[in-house]
Amino acid sequence: MPTSMPFADVHLPAESDVPPHDAASRSAVPKITIRNLDFFYGGFQALTHVGLDIAEHEVTAFIGPSGCGKSTLLRTLNRMYSLYPGQRATGEVRLNGVNVLDAATDLNLLRAKVGMVFQKPTPFPMTIYENIAFGVRLYERLSTRGMDERVEWALAKAAMWNEVKDKLQQSGMALSGGQQQRLCIARAIAVRPEVLLLDEPTSALDPISTAHIEELISELKVDYTIAMVTHNMQQAARVSDRTAYMYLGELVEFGPTDRIFLNPARKETEDYITGRFG
Amino acid sequence: MESPAAALPDADARLLTRRAAIGRRQDALFAHVTRAFAVLVLVLLAAIVVALVYAAWPALSKFGARFFVTDAWNPVTGEFGALAPIYGTIATSAIALLIGVPVSFGIALFLTELCPAWLKRSLGTAVELLAAIPSIIYGMWGLFVFAPFFAEHVEPSIIETLGNVWLVGPLFQGAPSGLGVLTAGIILAVMVIPFIAAVMRDVFELVPPMLKESSYALGCTTWEVVRHVVLPYTRIGVVGGIMLGLGRALGETMAVTFVIGNAYRIRASLLEPGNSIASALANEFNEAADPVHRGALIALGLVLFVLTLLVLAASRILMARLARKEGGGT
Repeated sequence: MPTSMPFADVHLPAESDVPPHDAASRSAVPKITIRNLDFFYGGFQALTHVGLDIAEHEVTAFIGPSGCGKSTLLRTLNRMYSLYPGQRATGEVRLNGVNVLDAATDLNLLRAKVGMVFQKPTPFPMTIYENIAFGVRLYERLSTRGMDERVEWALAKAAMWNEVKDKLQQSGMALSGGQQQRLCIARAIAVRPEVLLLDEPTSALDPISTAHIEELISELKVDYTIAMVTHNMQQAARVSDRTAYMYLGELVEFGPTDRIFLNPARKETEDYITGRFG
Repeated sequence: MESPAAALPDADARLLTRRAAIGRRQDALFAHVTRAFAVLVLVLLAAIVVALVYAAWPALSKFGARFFVTDAWNPVTGEFGALAPIYGTIATSAIALLIGVPVSFGIALFLTELCPAWLKRSLGTAVELLAAIPSIIYGMWGLFVFAPFFAEHVEPSIIETLGNVWLVGPLFQGAPSGLGVLTAGIILAVMVIPFIAAVMRDVFELVPPMLKESSYALGCTTWEVVRHVVLPYTRIGVVGGIMLGLGRALGETMAVTFVIGNAYRIRASLLEPGNSIASALANEFNEAADPVHRGALIALGLVLFVLTLLVLAASRILMARLARKEGGGT
């Protein structure tokens, strides 16, 4: 059991990274407002009265032990749970002021606006080029040239254009794990969503690929609103602007990341981030 | 008292050596026995080919290559040509796949992607039960129930509509007898559907949920997910399932015999009676006393054997090519 704060050496650089943004974020516009959100897997309640705002052009991190409901929360934001009978959510999740939990919501349009990247890389069984173009084609008619440009733009945004520009016609499944995950991020941003959901995007990656992706996340928040789930608390401290600590389906504490890590208001939060949990 | 440690190693070592020797002998015996079984398969295969060629020789030597390209089949005059049954076999199988593959695909798709949980189990079992019905039952049902219904209610309208369409018209002309190539193909379709659907369902279920979710996360509809992600991901298994169905359709005997009409001729119209290799064999073997006639029947069997082999080989090549096209990424 560590006796000193293990993050003492982590939050300081993180803090010096973000101050200008941190100041701005206090008045940030909420992109998604969650109120009174309850979630059920059949009879099991996985989220209880969750309420928080996800601010535009910020990275909001969700941390907490396995099973605390953070992934579930992410999956309500794009209604992914609606694929499975027996899973339901009540309450409000407003994106741009519209409640996405309404039965009338067009799920395909919602998901085109709220992109998602998963724990494990999930390249489609097609070429690298097609992996990107596929999603774009669903909602836009582009000329060949326009599509080429879009593919290049997305791959460049995901910081992998130089690595793959000579093998766009190769299978996306032949890339390394880290490249596959960046391909998935490129694929998600190629459709130009407003919100990007990252569900433990680096949990299957080596440290170097992880660093690549973290850098990428910091750059992407300029254009997108990002919500991410992570098990890696250093990662939350490094890349996020706000952090939410969840436990057993409840939101325990939510606030600016440096405050959560430096000066948590709740004892439970402090215990978790210092490793004294349990 | 003697030290047990000194006495034990000796006894143990002897026991160990003996057990090891027994184990080695058993392993060797086991390897030989299993190898013998495996070799038996090859020997049987070779023996069947040799026996077929030997027994078919009277006909093959008499007619030569003509046997495979003429459609005259007359035991009275001793004229035998295999073209009509070959055509019937291929035509009925093609119809079976043409109908069976899309329907099976729909069944598998519904079961894996759209079916509510409470219906999934019972519907899946029902499809599997369809595969358990003996083919003679399909034949009787085809002859007594389906063919009369088809002749009375479906064929007349097919003749009136499709029969007049440019290019495909000749396929659907003639008298609505209910017995013929089309009926046999439809019965075969019903018979292969459970096989193809079961294989497709199984391979569709192997698609990682996260891969499907990723495509839904881009805003795909269910159809787009299936068309662009599930099918490409599972195409090797899907081809395998179709080949399994084709294998069954090519060799099916009883059900086809009942409804195909058993006429040795090739007509453009699918509504006309025809014959298939398997049903020709089933119908005539009892009456074939003359060695040329029997040889001709066995040569038909040989043709069916080669046809099945070709299908199997073609599917292997197709799958190998698909696997290579995926860039070794799997």
